[in-house]
Amino acid sequence: MDFLHNYIYYFGAFGLIFIGLYIILAKSNLIKVIIGLSIMETGVNLLLIAIGYIKGGTAPIFSRPEIKAVNMVDPVPQALVLTAIVIGVAVLALALSLAIRLYGHYGTLNLRMIREQKW
Amino acid sequence: MRKLISIFLLSVMGFGIVITLQNIPFGADKARVSDYYVNKGVKETGAVNIVTAVVVNYRGFDTLGEIAVLFTGAIGLGAVLFGGKKPREKKPEPASLILRTGCKLLFPVILLFGIYVFTHGHLTPGGGFQGGAIIASAFLLIYLGGREMKFNKTAAKVTESFSGLIFVIMGLLGLTSGGYFLLNFLPKGTANTLFSAGIIPIIYIVIGLKVGSELAGIIENLIED
Amino acid sequence: MIFFIVFLVLLMLAGAIAACVFKDLINAVISLAFVSLIASILFYFLQAADVAMAEVSIGTALVTAIFVIAIRRTKRYEE
Repeated sequence: MDFLHNYIYYFGAFGLIFIGLYIILAKSNLIKVIIGLSIMETGVNLLLIAIGYIKGGTAPIFSRPEIKAVNMVDPVPQALVLTAIVIGVAVLALALSLAIRLYGHYGTLNLRMIREQKW
Repeated sequence: MRKLISIFLLSVMGFGIVITLQNIPFGADKARVSDYYVNKGVKETGAVNIVTAVVVNYRGFDTLGEIAVLFTGAIGLGAVLFGGKKPREKKPEPASLILRTGCKLLFPVILLFGIYVFTHGHLTPGGGFQGGAIIASAFLLIYLGGREMKFNKTAAKVTESFSGLIFVIMGLLGLTSGGYFLLNFLPKGTANTLFSAGIIPIIYIVIGLKVGSELAGIIENLIED
Repeated sequence: MIFFIVFLVLLMLAGAIAACVFKDLINAVISLAFVSLIASILFYFLQAADVAMAEVSIGTALVTAIFVIAIRRTKRYEE
């Protein structure tokens, strides 16, 4: 039970990273590979926020004047993850535009068959 | 064969990670930089939301880099998809009456909610990026229901370019009024009111408009029917 | 309380495995939206309010829409 309390978030984040990496390595359709990239990015963001958590802490917003600055979670990883989510969607849009162009040129999206046409 | 090799490599990686993870305790107090930000954040910047103060004021240069990456991604998408052969299928039939009326009624409400979210970024959870994404999903609703309203591409490009320009001009104004780039030079005001925290609301309004028009332009480029 | 979080994490991993196994690409994209939604709930339990809002508006709504538009212009079934 103590083990579960401490490590459940790490287990979930690393599970997502491993499933995403397996999809990138072993699947042969290009859009499946891009889906695996997106799953891996979600896992990395979850890991970053889980490292910055303090037990018994609360969100770092002073909405009322009597909230004191004890026991707040770490605000720096949240700022980094905010940037990372937006950059992830920009990379995804660019990758999908390249996939659309590849389909128009080769007629298929299977990576093994595209690699065989050497020219 | 390929699947077996990938599973073997991933299990080797997993074993190494489990050994490393014993040294990272979950929920213990680790960093000292965030103690400084939480204790002195409200007095130095005037913003009540500490994450906003870190993103815009203490690490404002990283936000400028992120806007540059988003801009490059949108331009790259427009350049790759330029002049492709348009798949001229049959024209889509117009949507039913309930869908059309619902979308036209919901569009200004969602736009107003997005503007509320990025204007109050320094008081409640929210900010420029979240508000911009809400505005872009309002434009997605137009493609679903009301196809008769055309999307004004020139207005989107002008909004996006001017918003990026105003961000850099605010930074240069901070440089000229004694100090460094992106100095917080406007008066701080009293905390927890709307007109407070120096240049933070102005920068978040600019970021919200830029991200919203950029994402709507990405969707317009992809649909292109 | 802890069993609820364990249940959510197992549901998220099941959704990720489903995105790997499905042959119809629209089904895989819906599983991706499901993973993103549960990740946003876990962000709320880790007391990160801004990140949960960003993940649910960008990861669930916009990424799904971009994927569906791209799949419409290419093939639908993986072979």
